[in-house]
Amino acid sequence: MADNNLMLDIRDLTIHYETDSGVVHAVEGLNLQLGRGESLGFVGETGAGKTTTALGIMRLIPNPPGKIKSGQILFDGEDLLKKSEAEMRRIRGAKIAMIFQDPMTSLNPVMTVDKQIAEMIRLHRNVSEHEALKQAGDMLELVGIRRERMHDYPHQFSGGMKQRVVIAIALACDPELLIADEPTTALDVTIQAQVLELMKKLKQQFSASMILITHDLGIVADICDKVAIMYAGRVVEYGDKRSLYANPLHPYTIGLFRSVPDIDEDVDELPVIPGLMPDPMDLPTGCAFHPRCSMAEECCSRERPEMKELEPGHFVACPVRARMLGQA
Amino acid sequence: MDNNKPYIKVENLKKYFSTKRGLLHAVDDVSFEIKRGETLGLVGESGCGKSTLGRCLIRLLDSTSGKVLLQNPEGEGYTDVTKVSAREMKELRKRVQIVFQDPYSCLNPRLSVWELIAEPLIVNSIYDDKAAMRKRIRELMDTVGLAERLENSYPHELDGGRRQRIGIARSLALNPEFIVLDEPVSALDVCIQAQVLNLLNSLQKEFNYTYVFISHNLSVVRHVSDRIAVMYLGQIVELSEYKELFANPLHPYTQALLSAIPVAKLDVQRERIILEGDVPSPIEPPDACRFAGRCRYAQEVCHHGTPPLTEFAPGHFVACHFAGKLD
Repeated sequence: MADNNLMLDIRDLTIHYETDSGVVHAVEGLNLQLGRGESLGFVGETGAGKTTTALGIMRLIPNPPGKIKSGQILFDGEDLLKKSEAEMRRIRGAKIAMIFQDPMTSLNPVMTVDKQIAEMIRLHRNVSEHEALKQAGDMLELVGIRRERMHDYPHQFSGGMKQRVVIAIALACDPELLIADEPTTALDVTIQAQVLELMKKLKQQFSASMILITHDLGIVADICDKVAIMYAGRVVEYGDKRSLYANPLHPYTIGLFRSVPDIDEDVDELPVIPGLMPDPMDLPTGCAFHPRCSMAEECCSRERPEMKELEPGHFVACPVRARMLGQA
Repeated sequence: MDNNKPYIKVENLKKYFSTKRGLLHAVDDVSFEIKRGETLGLVGESGCGKSTLGRCLIRLLDSTSGKVLLQNPEGEGYTDVTKVSAREMKELRKRVQIVFQDPYSCLNPRLSVWELIAEPLIVNSIYDDKAAMRKRIRELMDTVGLAERLENSYPHELDGGRRQRIGIARSLALNPEFIVLDEPVSALDVCIQAQVLNLLNSLQKEFNYTYVFISHNLSVVRHVSDRIAVMYLGQIVELSEYKELFANPLHPYTQALLSAIPVAKLDVQRERIILEGDVPSPIEPPDACRFAGRCRYAQEVCHHGTPPLTEFAPGHFVACHFAGKLD
């Protein structure tokens, strides 16, 4: 990857929540790169640290108890962690925008939707109220809401429509990076299909990069180019979607793929990963997955695995698999 | 027991709620049958009435009209669940049970695991003997895979999967025959989801339970069901054996629903049918095909009268005037 093409480069990011009962290791030494115009699917189970990573990029980790302990988040070559709060405020919304999971709670219930979009535009651009409201109307049309409805309140819209409004707000200032945190989880499948279709279209139109956080491997297959699989605060596998879906290498990824019921095949019993996600206050030593892993060896409990490129552009943090593929 | 007779017969079941703006047709004239030991999947989007239907089946809600006929224990005749007295219903509840969607809100946070599982046994005064009850609770915890050391834990100490296991143990406590599973895995992560699905499956094999499995997740429903009913705005629009439904969906809504499932595979060629608009209001719906307004095949006839659920192919029912004639 050529450096000028690199939009986001996260290096060794560690985020902890320091609570009374102990330290929650939400994100542990995370490395991640995202190229310009790429879309990355960020997959993992509840508590894997996906949302914390996203909030970290936005510098929105609730503090206290959250704390970014170490690492760098290079956005266009500049470290976001070194920015002042005022500088961050200029970046949020204008350069990096975020869509949250629940459209019902991320909109202001006592403000008409056009004003909510215009608010965003006026924060970052020097335009008149009138002009901002006009642009808000344009944005609504872009996401498939008729202009007549721009003076409506959020409760007058259905869930899918509300999420469209949220997308309109996020894209209003033409951001370079869009972070979507489970944007369709609260929606029904047919409405989800509508919203995903819209996001695909807009992503091309705006040529923005995107990080899509989800637990649904199906959605990633649909709209992402790259995939990162996260487990207990770390990325365990990262690669091009084609390579990763055709040939998942990390034992956790393999287990994750298998535990989803197949829409075309009959199986009597679903293969399961034994055990539960580890307690983030008390992560296992070495590879966090080793207590549940069928391939684990003695070294797995001792050393934290390094990411290795086992196939071109396909990185895996598992020494056992690396050896199997003859690349130890 | 005669296995050819259906175990449950639902006839013209309706459930209307009165609202300020008129009658809400949550379940509107639904009829189907379930065999003993079978799993009927009930799919549809939020607000289609699948949970209301599930609750009417075991009379957690009183239905407006229609019948829910449950086969008597000896296989002789049927009891109409909607008509029995409160006292009879209490007896009947031992045979029909429900597992709720949200394992976070359906358990009393102030009861321990042991007390939670003991509750149905105590309420129904099953055991006089404490030791026998203790043994039964151990057995139930074993069945659903809860370790003995969790006996004195409280729900907040446990993860979603374990909580759902408590819900399942509670519903199994009285040796039911019929269990309504209302989105039992929707709140769970895929790995835990797989564990719970496997558990439900093995329990059914062991005890010959009859399930109604309500879910909006079509891949999950396909995995667990023998037959699947697709609901839209209070009505069943298609009902068929699961493989047939996925291979050959006849109703335009089912087609759109199936095409919208995100599949975790590359290079699957699926034509995605994107539906326009949202589900219309279930309050005082017009006497027409409920789906007509969003249907790309809708003709004049669709706006006059509700198409009946008819058997298009053996065992494959569909409510569409143009079933099999869609292109």
